Amino acid sequence: MEMLTNALLYLNGVTVSFDGFKALNNLSFTVETGEMRAIIGPNGAGKTTMMDVVTGKTRPDLGDVMFDGSYDLTRLDEAEIAELGIGRKFQKPTVFQSQTVADNLELALKSDRRAHAALWWQESAAERSRIDDLLATIRLTAERNRLAGSLSHGQRQWLEIGMLLAQEPKLLLVDEPVAGMTDTETQQTAELLKQINRDRTVVVVEHDMAFVRELGVKVTCLHEGSVLAEGTIDQVSSNERVVEVYLGR
Amino acid sequence: MRFSRACLVVLLLVLCFALDWETARAASAADAITHFTADDFSETLTGIKEIAGSGDPRAETILRALQEGQLQFSAQRKAVYIKDVSGKLTDAVTGQPISGELPPDTDNVRLNNRLRGALDAALGGLTLLAKDPATRYDAAQAVFKSRQASALPTLDAAIAKEQDKGVKRAMQEARAAIILSGTAGDADKLAAVDIIRQRGDQDSLGLLASLPANTSPAVMKSVTAAIGAIKNRLALWEAVQNAWYGISLGSVLLLAAIGLAITFGVMGVINMAHGEMVMLGAYVTFVVQEIIRARDPALFDYSLAIAIPASFLVAGCVGILIERCIIRFLYGRPLETLLATWGLSLILQQAVRTVFGPNNRDVGNPSWMSGAFDLGGITITYNRLWIICFAIAIFIALLALLRFTRFGLEMRAVTQNRPMAASMGIRTSRVDALTFGLGSGIAGMAGVALSQIDNVSPNLGQGYIIDSFMVVVFGGVGNLWGTLVGSFVLGVANKFLEPYAGAVLGKIAILVLIILFIQKRPRGMFALKGRAIEA
Amino acid sequence: MTPHILIRSLDRGAIFFLLAIACIAILVPILNLAVPSTSAFYVPTYLVALFGKYACYALLALSIDLIWGYCGILSLGHGAFFALGGYAMGMYLMRQIGTRGVYANPILPDFMVFLNWKQLPVYWYGFQFFPYAALMVLLIPGVLAFVFGWFAFRSRVTGVYLSIITQALTFALMLGFFRNNFGFGGNNGLTDFKDILGFNVQAETTRNALFSTSCLAIMIGFVLCRAIITSKFGKVLIAIRDAEARTRFLGYRVESYKLFVFTLSACMAGVAGALYVPQVGIINPSEFAPANSIEAVIWVAVGGRGTLTGAVIGAVLVNYAKTYFTSGFLAPYWLFMLGALFILVTLLLPRGVIGTLRHWNALRRDRASAAAEDGVREPLPAE
Repeated sequence: MEMLTNALLYLNGVTVSFDGFKALNNLSFTVETGEMRAIIGPNGAGKTTMMDVVTGKTRPDLGDVMFDGSYDLTRLDEAEIAELGIGRKFQKPTVFQSQTVADNLELALKSDRRAHAALWWQESAAERSRIDDLLATIRLTAERNRLAGSLSHGQRQWLEIGMLLAQEPKLLLVDEPVAGMTDTETQQTAELLKQINRDRTVVVVEHDMAFVRELGVKVTCLHEGSVLAEGTIDQVSSNERVVEVYLGR
Repeated sequence: MRFSRACLVVLLLVLCFALDWETARAASAADAITHFTADDFSETLTGIKEIAGSGDPRAETILRALQEGQLQFSAQRKAVYIKDVSGKLTDAVTGQPISGELPPDTDNVRLNNRLRGALDAALGGLTLLAKDPATRYDAAQAVFKSRQASALPTLDAAIAKEQDKGVKRAMQEARAAIILSGTAGDADKLAAVDIIRQRGDQDSLGLLASLPANTSPAVMKSVTAAIGAIKNRLALWEAVQNAWYGISLGSVLLLAAIGLAITFGVMGVINMAHGEMVMLGAYVTFVVQEIIRARDPALFDYSLAIAIPASFLVAGCVGILIERCIIRFLYGRPLETLLATWGLSLILQQAVRTVFGPNNRDVGNPSWMSGAFDLGGITITYNRLWIICFAIAIFIALLALLRFTRFGLEMRAVTQNRPMAASMGIRTSRVDALTFGLGSGIAGMAGVALSQIDNVSPNLGQGYIIDSFMVVVFGGVGNLWGTLVGSFVLGVANKFLEPYAGAVLGKIAILVLIILFIQKRPRGMFALKGRAIEA
Repeated sequence: MTPHILIRSLDRGAIFFLLAIACIAILVPILNLAVPSTSAFYVPTYLVALFGKYACYALLALSIDLIWGYCGILSLGHGAFFALGGYAMGMYLMRQIGTRGVYANPILPDFMVFLNWKQLPVYWYGFQFFPYAALMVLLIPGVLAFVFGWFAFRSRVTGVYLSIITQALTFALMLGFFRNNFGFGGNNGLTDFKDILGFNVQAETTRNALFSTSCLAIMIGFVLCRAIITSKFGKVLIAIRDAEARTRFLGYRVESYKLFVFTLSACMAGVAGALYVPQVGIINPSEFAPANSIEAVIWVAVGGRGTLTGAVIGAVLVNYAKTYFTSGFLAPYWLFMLGALFILVTLLLPRGVIGTLRHWNALRRDRASAAAEDGVREPLPAE
């Protein structure tokens, strides 16, 4: 297939409306391979809807969403997009509560997702060691056989990030990873994301400006469904419009 | 010759009415009646025609007696008598009672089929001139069906003096029918075809399809066109009738489904006992009527007016009770709610069965709900009509409640975003209870309406529950308009499928169509969109 | 089935359960056939037939538990698959009657002769052969479930919507089978069976054989379900049950998983129906009644969904209660009791009998291990 763009993620003129309300209004931006991008913006700016569009949960009314230059994401469903290598962490941590931590990772591990493969599946040594590695990374080795539902809030966030890593995606979409975390946890999460960014592209949606500053990456500010400003954190936070609609004077 | 004579008779008749020339008429009837004494069918026929044409006030009595086999004649005395059912004898012409013995040769005036036809036509012709417009109309219809050429002169006379438009048209149609069956010229026949075409019912179709073989090609051409036009017209009326039945069914579905749609929309729970709320409403109607029958039968026509608020209250209170005792412990577990309310429906059914017995109970129609009237080519019954009005009234009232009251505002808020509504200070649990009560109360009122057209038995609700779910699934949740459109679409679709597929296959077809429909729109026609709606 | 799957699926509890069923399957026929009827241990034949009926219900409950307990699909129309399997078997049994029917027609069943039919409808062809009928027992419910599920799951019909549509499905089938011109005996259904595989269906030995076969079917069904739920497939099913959208975002095609398990479950229900018909001697459209399907769901709820053994135990318990109460002076109150059962189980015992026992066990173990590790106890998942 012809490469339409070099960017890993390419959104052009994306519009989504719910009963007349435009959640996304002619949204366009690109994310390059290997980049980490922070997305900020007030409530209702369209951050979550943007993620829904990229992961196939919501179909845009207008516009193009391309992945890796050749995949038209608007034509694929969630499972196909996930298989392409786009992982998503939700705002509200969603893990499989009635299964163990290890099983959660097992489910997320990059593998043949088809039903018959799952039916004849047998745990391999490679998978086991991979899970051990992941558990170490997310510091849940001791909780291996606990039910995910009994983890604390912070632990769940970490488990979810671990699941995201297990998928080995090319692009990670991370929705408010530090909401409800303590300061130390926040800092650790920033470290973890930077570490992940070494070999993966990451898009982080976050409200916490201190956290965004810590990441030290290019920032896109959304407002009313379109890009308001883009640049370094200092450029964006000194932009007058951004100050007006989001940061406050 | 006979025709000119008949014309003369008619002329006389008209004169009689104009001048009140009594003696001439009497003489004429007395003359005509002697034909009956010949004991010969063709003589009798002449007699019938002459009596019919005589304009004698007793003509009808005589001909009726003949029709009933009460007319006796004596050839010897050249006299005719009427012997009524009690055996009393009167002179046919004068109406004077006869005393003493009859002559030994007295016998019945005999009839054959040809005579009976002529007699019908003659009587039809006579009543064409009756005082009551309804009688004249019926007479015209009778002539239309019999197409007796002998009625033509009377018919012409009647048309000439007819004032009532409707009756006049019926007479003209009857005349056209006679002309078409007879030997009139093409011009007359073409005009007649036109009149019949305008009548355009099943009878006209029958008439046009059975014309004599000697009809000229020019007329036949026009007849073929007319048949086509009438068939189209009849098909149209049939469609209208189906649509009417469909709307009627739709209104019933609307009544049954709207309460369900509210509870499902606001609370996301499906109340399997919803049908039982409908059933309770029907039984409340039964109880109200029983009390009225026992205490004050004069109030019977108002029984529904009493039953509607009563059933709303009873079903509504039961609903609130259910919500407080069962459903509120099951929020967030819709499938369990489904099972628990199913259990509840079993209990309610069995309870009603225990109290009222398993058989159908008799709920009467008040006088203003019985009967029917014709509208164009369809028949409309009053009870169906009232139920449609009732359903729409409830729908409008509910819309108004949602739009203009505080409770409605809170309900809409909870429907759209429960956590947000709760954080705005809306007491969601109170809204839930009241919503459930409202939904159940509406179901109860639906029960009052259903008691008028369906059997009131403990299983009443079961018959409607699946259909109302289909309406909710089809119409979409959280929007009353969806329920409205959904119920009428399903109702009409059902009734249009029935003639082709039969009732059962029609239902199956509807189910398949709904399954296919939710392929396209999994959340129904009028679905809420947005982030707040999670799978 | 490769050995590793078998080993994985059979833990101690499962083996114990299988042994228990096997014992019953062997013991009941012995107590019926070999023990003199004067003995205190004698099991009368009517009880064998009754137990056989329970066994079929238990298999139906197992099939419902597989989709409801593990995948969150609440089917209120599983009775339809049960009845379809039953009709397939009933058609075989009808063809076996041959000339022994009232009208002694060698080909046409009595009801067709009665309706003045001259020819056997095409869809009745082949049902005189047992292997063909047995294939149809699996195929007819399976294909219907596949087609229905393909439409429903593809368009993401879930939760109560799906439940209602399955209920409408069985309702529509009931209406259809009530019609004479469907060619399945209308109101009266199929009955007056004589032989199955050459044995008299009324004979004691046949009844015992059918009972043991039903128990065997439960065991096979149980092992099959265990094999599925202990595989990764089973983990995905539970993931779908708990967070369907999340599972999709992990890249799993949720609809194919659901479709597979739904179809398999329908086939199991079909087998249950097929074993049921020769033991009760009749199949008629009332088996399609929505109430039957919902009742089957409550068996699972009573025993505990997502436990498999609970489904079997629940089916037997509730049906024993039904037999007990509907035959005595309490009969008019049975529906009250059944209704109350629905309400009380969902309100007070949402995990069911077996599920609650297991939950207590898990609680105890969790406390013990938490105390052993660091003394910090985490809250358990609220249900």
